[in-house]
Amino acid sequence: MSDPVLRVSGLVKRYGAHTVLDGVDLAVGEHEVVALIGASGSGKSTLLRCVNLLAEIDDGQVWLDGEDISDPRVDTDVVRRRMGVVFQAFNLFPHLSVLANVTLAPRVVHGVGRAEADRRGLALLERVGLADKASAYPDRLSGGQQQRVAIVRALAYEPRLLLLDEITSALDPELVGEVLTLVRELAEQGRTILMATHEMGFARHVADRVCFLDGGVLIESGPPEQVLEHPEQERTQQFLRRIIAAGRL
Amino acid sequence: MAIVSTLVFAVVAWFAVTRSPGWPRVRASFFNSHSAAAAFPSILSGLWLNIRVLVVSEVLILLLGLGIAALRTLRGPVWFPVRALATGYVDLFRGLPLIICLYLVGFGLPGLRLTGTPTDPVVLGGIALVLIYSAYVAEVFRAGIESVHPSQRAAARSLGLTHAQMMRIVVVPQAIRRVLPPLLNDFVALQKDCGLISVLGAVDAVRAAQIQSAEFFDFTPYVLAGLLFVLLAVPCARLADAAARRLARREGGF
Repeated sequence: MSDPVLRVSGLVKRYGAHTVLDGVDLAVGEHEVVALIGASGSGKSTLLRCVNLLAEIDDGQVWLDGEDISDPRVDTDVVRRRMGVVFQAFNLFPHLSVLANVTLAPRVVHGVGRAEADRRGLALLERVGLADKASAYPDRLSGGQQQRVAIVRALAYEPRLLLLDEITSALDPELVGEVLTLVRELAEQGRTILMATHEMGFARHVADRVCFLDGGVLIESGPPEQVLEHPEQERTQQFLRRIIAAGRL
Repeated sequence: MAIVSTLVFAVVAWFAVTRSPGWPRVRASFFNSHSAAAAFPSILSGLWLNIRVLVVSEVLILLLGLGIAALRTLRGPVWFPVRALATGYVDLFRGLPLIICLYLVGFGLPGLRLTGTPTDPVVLGGIALVLIYSAYVAEVFRAGIESVHPSQRAAARSLGLTHAQMMRIVVVPQAIRRVLPPLLNDFVALQKDCGLISVLGAVDAVRAAQIQSAEFFDFTPYVLAGLLFVLLAVPCARLADAAARRLARREGGF
């Protein structure tokens, strides 16, 4: 079997004396959608940041397409070009138009000409129904629209791996749907996705595999039906009971 | 109501000044229309020199200030010497009085008699202005750079941008927008401090006023030069107001 797109082994991340990730092992295969679930502070976001090398790791390895990207000699700028990240708070560039946000990486990082980048950017915006917003600035868009632009921005250079960091947590409830619909389409297109999420229903329908993190440790991992409906571990059961009590499943 | 109160205030101030015991003497030596008319051409040509020094200095100040701010905001232990050097520069030239810097550069630099060092007092004065003001402007830029939220940096880096690309395309343009009002404020301050190059002997508006003043034995040329400096500052001050208003509106949209 060929290498998985992403493999993480024995990943440790500390902030001072606090260990946020304590030896995480994880693999994401080609076309696979993996959802990370767990309480706030369980290490989901930190794991994504470590994979994207936005946070320095303290121990362990991260492999992207069989290449050890946690090697300190690796050029992090080059590695990041192969991954796309979508953040909780969108993080669009407020001084650039929607189209300029989308075409920035292709033009500056990947050397695509302006006309070609614009053409492809517009086509992508068209697909998410935002072509008419191409020349608008991000602060004129709703949260859901901004997050769809952020997804398009991350897709514009055809990354091998898409990292989604609780991308619906900052949205008003009525705007969550449009973003999740888009992610579902991406999953159906066969994108390789690793996402941290609080949306259990969404994880169940879209993810191929669900991983439960608790205190920086990967407690349980498996198909969504199994982890979300028949969890084996006590702590997973506790977590899901709390989620159900809060009406989030 | 605003008009009425302004008028009342103006009338009171006018009477207080014109009925003071020394007013006739002051009027004769500070507001003499004859010497004003005679001094006007040379003061105006001096002011033209000030404006040229202002424009060239400001361009250099902005470039140098931005460069120093970029160095001061580098992160990581590797850059410590560079950061320390930039911090030292800012500490030195922000603390040093402009007038002393002018003397040191104006008389010290040519005194070295190195080949290629400028001897023109205008150039030397400009160098001193650039040294002092770039330290101030660097701090303004630094505040702007640090006000850009770290999530913007994370987003830029996640797209594969290098540090330099991130600074140039994402961080600095947002920083400049935010610090435009304080930058314009420093620009107005520089406008009048350009007049200090006169201490090195450059014949600018202040020096021209001094010469004319000695000619007529009155102070009218100084008043005239002062008025011209104020007139020069007014458009810039209004521009700063407008920039601040625009910024407030835009930030309010978030």
